[in-house]
Amino acid sequence: MIVDKNTVDYVAKLARLEFSDEEKEKFVEDFNKILEFVEKLNEVNTDDVEISISAYPMYNALREDEVKTSLDVEKVLLNAPDKENNFFRVPKVVD
Amino acid sequence: MHFKSAHEVRDLLRKKEISSEELTKLCLERIEKVDAKVEAFLEVFEDALDTAKEIDKKILSGENLPDLAGIPMGIKDNICMEGKKVTCASKMLENFVSPYDATVVERLKKNGAVILGRLNMDEFAMGSSTENSAFKKTRNPYDLERVPGGSSGGSAAAVAAGEVYYSLGSDTGGSIRQPASLCGVVGFKPTYGRVSRYGLVAFASSLDQIGPFTRDVEDAALVLNAICGKDDKDSTSKDVAVEDFTTYLNKSLKGVKVGLPKEYFGEGIDDGVKKEIEKAIEVLKDLGAEVKQISLPMSQYALSVYYILASSEASSNLARFDGIRYGYRAKDFEDIIDLYVKSRSQGFGSEVKRRIMLGTYALSSGYYDAYYKKALKVKTLIINEFKKAFEDVNLIVSPTSPSVAFKFGEKSSDPLKMYLSDICTVPVNIAGLPAVSVPVGFSDNLPVGLQIIGNYFKEGEIISLAHGIEKALNLNLRPNV
Repeated sequence: MIVDKNTVDYVAKLARLEFSDEEKEKFVEDFNKILEFVEKLNEVNTDDVEISISAYPMYNALREDEVKTSLDVEKVLLNAPDKENNFFRVPKVVD
Repeated sequence: MHFKSAHEVRDLLRKKEISSEELTKLCLERIEKVDAKVEAFLEVFEDALDTAKEIDKKILSGENLPDLAGIPMGIKDNICMEGKKVTCASKMLENFVSPYDATVVERLKKNGAVILGRLNMDEFAMGSSTENSAFKKTRNPYDLERVPGGSSGGSAAAVAAGEVYYSLGSDTGGSIRQPASLCGVVGFKPTYGRVSRYGLVAFASSLDQIGPFTRDVEDAALVLNAICGKDDKDSTSKDVAVEDFTTYLNKSLKGVKVGLPKEYFGEGIDDGVKKEIEKAIEVLKDLGAEVKQISLPMSQYALSVYYILASSEASSNLARFDGIRYGYRAKDFEDIIDLYVKSRSQGFGSEVKRRIMLGTYALSSGYYDAYYKKALKVKTLIINEFKKAFEDVNLIVSPTSPSVAFKFGEKSSDPLKMYLSDICTVPVNIAGLPAVSVPVGFSDNLPVGLQIIGNYFKEGEIISLAHGIEKALNLNLRPNV
């Protein structure tokens, strides 16, 4: 047993997700199975191994700082669940 | 007509034996007839006929057109096309309309492609059976009781069932090659960085790569010609010369060194699959390839590395879905945090949530070193092992999938069982290598695919071997649907 219901609650809070008690139980079960499986990595000695982000050398992609056209405001707001004038509308966040 | 290859159809279009409009109508009729059974499409674009008519005008005016001009195709529903919905088969994006074209779509349009619709997939490309779609169940054209594989199940099934001439999918851990194998079509995952990911909805950015589903290897070469190349909008796309991949067709395979990694033929591979792969290897030998056994022991850790890295990246990439700027927003909520929580919990399906949770856990304080960093270190060892193998051989072959198409529900209740479907394909994504799945036979009347893995940017060498074996086998790939 690597994780319990408390861990699931904690991780769910971090991930901004909520679950029913039934879902949480299933999660604890699935989570432990998957984590036990990935524990297999502990068999590998990586003491002197560097991490890899990419398989081949990658360099920062730099470009001139030029003004270019970007998406129109109407297009940006096209999919907004709630909007007013040229803004996204959200619930009140400050008192 | 429905089962012709794209290059055959191109020749008919050029000889004016058929028009693009007629061809597009034939595909629409075919979709009307078989998609009620196969359910590959999430949406058919009726305005595709307008594109076809424009292409016909150009053909009639004698204009020299690209290979793919006027040929109907489909895109996986995680690739953005301006003015069209892109849903990732998720409730989260059910009504999302893309304000721009993905680079691959821009390139397809430049090549005159007739984009016929959006194809079903596992939600946010997470899955190996397309059962995780929030909208419909795509069926395998060879047996409607079985899955088409995933996550690009719709893209594979639509090509296999003769609904379109080719399609695009995306491959993060096998999501092109595995469904291609299960549906009896060619599925190509190019080298990481070959094809721009701009406009592909991100799942795991260090692993995702777009590639084609086609009816034969020559078509794969044509589609790669159209979509490969550096793009300033994707800083991970690589500035490597894009050759004409068709020059790699019809090559002698004499002296080509092919490695068989013994770990990919061991436990967990079905006997029927093994038998077909072994037959294919005999064919390669007959064609003059020098086949030898190699060992890639680090591959056994690839699936663990994959589920940590892919889930971690997914948890970060999918943080953008908060119900504010686009996507699903819950109806009732108490405050801003509750809006995030309810929108995400109601909008995402269970596998997506499972991976976000796993990734969030792997990246959380106190566990980051044990999981994420450890996985990146083992990734180094997997890469090094492949690099060393390619000092001795040109190509590596293995089964694509450990089994043929399985039944609905057979693996969906146990995530780990489902994850094992990707055991042969996942190491390739971790190393960022190119690979194809090419049909080589049938087991219990269901298609079996051979995976051919190449060195970085050696897509051409893969095409030569795949084309050689395809010609030698000359399989009948027409499901009765």
